[in-house]
Amino acid sequence: MSGRILLASDGSNHALRAAEEAIKLAKVLNKEIVITFVVDFDQSKKDVLHSVGSIEREQKRKKQLQSTEQKMKEAGVPYSVQLLHGIPGPAIVDYANREAVSYVVIGSRGLNSLQEMVLGSVSHKVAKRVNCPVLIVK
Amino acid sequence: MFTQLKKEWFGNVGGDILSGIVVALALIPEALAFAIIAGVDPMVSLYASFSMAVVIAFMGGRPAMISAATGAMALVMVTLVKDHGLQYLFATTILTGILQITFGWLNVARFMKFIPRSVMVGFVNALSILIFMAQLPHFVGSSMAMYVFVAATLAIIYIFPRFVKSIPSPLVAIVVMTIVAVVGGFDLRTVGDLGNITQSLPSFFIPDVPLNFETLSIIFPTALALSMVGLLESLLTASIVDDMTDTTSDKNREARGQGIANIVTGFFGGMAGCAMIGQSVINVKSGGRGRLSTFVAGTFLLFLIIVLGDLVVKIPMAALVGVMIMVSIGTFDWSSFKAFTKIPITDSIVMVVTVVTVLITHDLSKGVFAGILLSAIFFTAKISKVEVSSSRKGDTLYYKAAGQIFFASVTDLLNDFDYQPEGVTNVHIDFSEAHIWDDSGVAAVDKIVLKYRDSGIQTVLTGLNEASSSMMKRMAVHDKEGSKLSGH
Repeated sequence: MSGRILLASDGSNHALRAAEEAIKLAKVLNKEIVITFVVDFDQSKKDVLHSVGSIEREQKRKKQLQSTEQKMKEAGVPYSVQLLHGIPGPAIVDYANREAVSYVVIGSRGLNSLQEMVLGSVSHKVAKRVNCPVLIVK
Repeated sequence: MFTQLKKEWFGNVGGDILSGIVVALALIPEALAFAIIAGVDPMVSLYASFSMAVVIAFMGGRPAMISAATGAMALVMVTLVKDHGLQYLFATTILTGILQITFGWLNVARFMKFIPRSVMVGFVNALSILIFMAQLPHFVGSSMAMYVFVAATLAIIYIFPRFVKSIPSPLVAIVVMTIVAVVGGFDLRTVGDLGNITQSLPSFFIPDVPLNFETLSIIFPTALALSMVGLLESLLTASIVDDMTDTTSDKNREARGQGIANIVTGFFGGMAGCAMIGQSVINVKSGGRGRLSTFVAGTFLLFLIIVLGDLVVKIPMAALVGVMIMVSIGTFDWSSFKAFTKIPITDSIVMVVTVVTVLITHDLSKGVFAGILLSAIFFTAKISKVEVSSSRKGDTLYYKAAGQIFFASVTDLLNDFDYQPEGVTNVHIDFSEAHIWDDSGVAAVDKIVLKYRDSGIQTVLTGLNEASSSMMKRMAVHDKEGSKLSGH
C-alpha cells in the first residue's frame, strides 16, 4: 500500500502521455501520485531574473503542470506536486530513492531532442539508477 | 547554532572540495581578464579573488556562493585607476566595504524588492555588452593570428564540454592556446606584457593616500557606485543560488560579509569585488553546497598562482579575450528577446533605458537608477487612472469614484465631474472603491465639494475607507466653518 507513484513531468506532451499511464496504474493499485518537476540549474538564473519573488516563480513553474494536474483531477486520482532543483536525471533518482516511491513513470523523451543527443536521455538514466520498477512511456 | 555552523562548513566535504578546485581553475582566466579591464596588475585581481573568496567563506550569508574580482566592479573603477592610480583604488575598496557594511546594517536586502525585474535584466545585459566592448581594443592593430587565436579559444570553450564536463573548458582553452603560442612562436601579446605576476602571498599594508577631505571627494563617488553595484550583483546571485539549491539565505548578512571582504581585500592590495553569477552556478553544478567550497576555491587559487606564476605570464591575451567573450555571452539574458513580445511595453522600455544609460555613462549604478526612476514613473502613471461613473435620480446626481486618488490622479478626477448640472440639488459621491492617499487627494475632494457649494448644491460623501476618512478628517477644509474655494 505504502509508497506513492512518482510521475516525472516536464510539461511536455510526452510527459502528458506518461501521466495517463500513471493514472491507470494509480487507479488499479489505489495509490497516490506525486508529480515531480525538475527546475534545471541553468533555468534558475533565467527564472530569478524574470520573476518578482519566489512565490511568483513557483506559480509560474507549477503552471507548466496545469494540463497534467487537470488530467489527475478528471480521473479523480489523489496527487501532489513536488518541485525539484538540479539536473533532471539525478534529481528524480535522488527523490525517488529518498522517498521510497513504489513506481516511477516517465516519458521517453523530453522537450528538446538536441539536449537529449548531447546529454543522453533522462529516462534511461532514471531507469538505471532508481530502486523501484520504472515505466517508460513511449 | 554550532550544529548549523558545522553543517554549513562540513555538511558536504567531498563535493565542496571538488567543486572548490573546479571554481579555482575557472577563476584564473576571468580574474586575469578583469584585471586587464580595470587597468591594473594581474596580481591585484588575483589577490582580490583570493581574499574575497576566503573572507566570504566565513562572513557571507549565502553558503556556496562564489565572490571574487568581477567584471561589473572592474568596469566601475576604470576611470579612478586611470586618473589616480592603484593606492587610491585600494582606499576606494576599503571605503566600498565600509559602505556595504553600513547598507547591511540598514537591512538593504529589504529594498531589493523595489528594483523591478526589467532593471535587473537591463543590468546583466548592460554588463555583458560592456564586457564585450572592453575586448574590442585588443583587436586594434592586431595581427591575423589574434583573430585566429580568439576563434580557436571560443571553439574549445564551447565544444570541449560535449566530451568532458568535469574540467572547466575555459581553462583547457587557455592551456592549449598558451602551448600553441609558445611552441609555434607566434608574435602575440601576453599577460606578461601587461604586468608582473609575483609569486608571493599578499601582505597587509595601509594604502598610501593622504587622509584628507580631498581624498574622500575623489574616492567616495566611485566607492558608492561600487558598493551598490556589488550588492546588487551579490544579492541577485544569492537569489539564484537560493533557487538552485532550494534553500534560503541571510541577505543582510551577505551584504555585511561583502563589506568585510572588501575591507580586507583593500588592505591586502586587491581590487573591490562581489559575488559572481557564472562562477556560483559552476560551483553549485559541480556539487558545491557549503562554505568549504568557497574557502577551497580561494585558497586553491592562490596556491595555483604561487606555483604556476611563471606560466601565467606566457598566456596570450587572445585566449583571455576569448574567455571574456564567453563570459559576455553567458552573462547576457538571451530570453529577454523572447520576453519583448510577452511583457508589457513599459517593462521593455525600462530594460532598454537601463542598458542605454549604462552604455552612455559606463556606470552600472547610473543605469540602475535611471531604470528604477523610469519604472516608478510608469507605475505611478499606471495606477493614476481613476474612473468616475454617474447616474441620476430626480434631482440627485450619484457619482462613483474608483481608483487611487493622489497627486498624479487628481487632475483627471476633477475633470470627471459636471459642476453645473441642471436641476440638481444634491450630489452623492461614493468612494467605496477609491482610496485617498495624500493631501493632494484631500484637496481635490475639497475642491469638488466647494465647487458644488458655490452652485448651491449639497454634497454627500459616502463609502470612504478608514484610512481615507481619517485623512479627510485631519486635512479637509470643506467641512470646517466658513470655508470657501481658494483662488488656486
